[in-house]
Amino acid sequence: MSTRGFFGRRPSAQAAQRLPPGQYQTEDFPVLSMGPTPRVDLATWKFTLSEGPKPLARWTWDEFEALPRTTWRGDIHCVTKWSKFDTVWEGVTLDDLFDAAGVTPPTDFLLAESYDGYDTNVPVADVIGGKGMIATRYDGAPVPAEHGGPARLLVPHLYFWKSAKWVKGIKFTPRDEAGFWELRGYHMYGDPWREQRYTNDP
Amino acid sequence: MIAGASIAAPSRWQEAVIDRVADQTPRVVSVFLRAPLARHEAGQHIDVKLTAPDGYSAQRSYSIASAPESSSIELAIERLDEGEVSPYFHEVAQPGDTIEVRGPIGGHFVWRTKDGGPVLLIAGGSGVAPLMAMVRHRTLAASSAEMLLAYSSRSWNDVIYRDELLDLAARDPGFRLVLTTTREARHRPDDLDRRLDAAALREIADRWGKTPRSVYVCGSTGFVEAVTIGLVANGMAPALIRTERFGSSA
Repeated sequence: MSTRGFFGRRPSAQAAQRLPPGQYQTEDFPVLSMGPTPRVDLATWKFTLSEGPKPLARWTWDEFEALPRTTWRGDIHCVTKWSKFDTVWEGVTLDDLFDAAGVTPPTDFLLAESYDGYDTNVPVADVIGGKGMIATRYDGAPVPAEHGGPARLLVPHLYFWKSAKWVKGIKFTPRDEAGFWELRGYHMYGDPWREQRYTNDP
Repeated sequence: MIAGASIAAPSRWQEAVIDRVADQTPRVVSVFLRAPLARHEAGQHIDVKLTAPDGYSAQRSYSIASAPESSSIELAIERLDEGEVSPYFHEVAQPGDTIEVRGPIGGHFVWRTKDGGPVLLIAGGSGVAPLMAMVRHRTLAASSAEMLLAYSSRSWNDVIYRDELLDLAARDPGFRLVLTTTREARHRPDDLDRRLDAAALREIADRWGKTPRSVYVCGSTGFVEAVTIGLVANGMAPALIRTERFGSSA
């Protein structure tokens, strides 16, 4: 169905290839979150790996910063339709984090949990093998608070709401438990290339 | 965090017919749509898809400004000069044209009458749209919740829904309206003409004299950041504050 009188402004062929369906490229970096930006003090910041209620490992900020670091450069896609190309993040891959803790993921799913009460579910398979990190630097500087600093999850092959801001820990769960937005109309998995925006999108 | 867990999945793409396009301010039009969507809740949004003759399409999200009780869906669309979709609504769209929509979407930035009040709404520019749905819903559902809308615009002529809001504030003691203009002097003595920083928010809250049970803030990223920082500095519990920000919705 075409819209009378609409012709659109097409992205370049090169950009079009990098845009998942329904997305457009933006140069700025929009901010979306459910409430006020929490201000998290590095002196009390902790990151906890847990299985259900049981803590498996915990790091202070200094301990976390001493873990092996990886840089990732690539495109991110927000469910609100914008995509941003060539973003550069630095942090600790989940592979390195699990290694440092001596932990083999005990279940197939996890919930990333944030300081503001937000959480989001991701399959473990989507954060290992170099696919996910806890990012503490964006574009060469500490991640700004409004973009999730001090630390945010980065799972860039999924819609960006999965990349939880202000993350304080990862909890392994026996089942795929819906997180904050997943309980509020958004997709359980969120693959931008399959346009899995909302509940029950195929 | 289970409140609001009963959100239905948004519809698939549906054809929507444009009933009317009305100028609201020099930069904003209201677009009234008829579409077979489920009844929305005040604060939710829809996705809009426009398709070119060769199949190329563009999608954007817009908050619904109409009340759930309304038979048509109203979107308030600001013209962004570099935009791709907003110029279509300003220059091309006419009654009888069809577009595609899906929704309603979003289960957090929502106010229901059973949530009660007092409710503090804070809008920047076209961020008033989802808050307008809440204001109208409160009236049409005959809710007794106390509600205050603090609404920042560049100028008096940029105040979207100005006459409707002034009229409601004049006849409904449970609804309070505080306008603030950032690029010209106030028009009413009890309005403001400065940005909504902590001091301005404190003044508004003190004059209202109510303790809000929930707060909804919608506007640009910079606006929402400044307002929420001010609210929290004034002692508001962050968990009471819900935000909706728009970066670029060109």
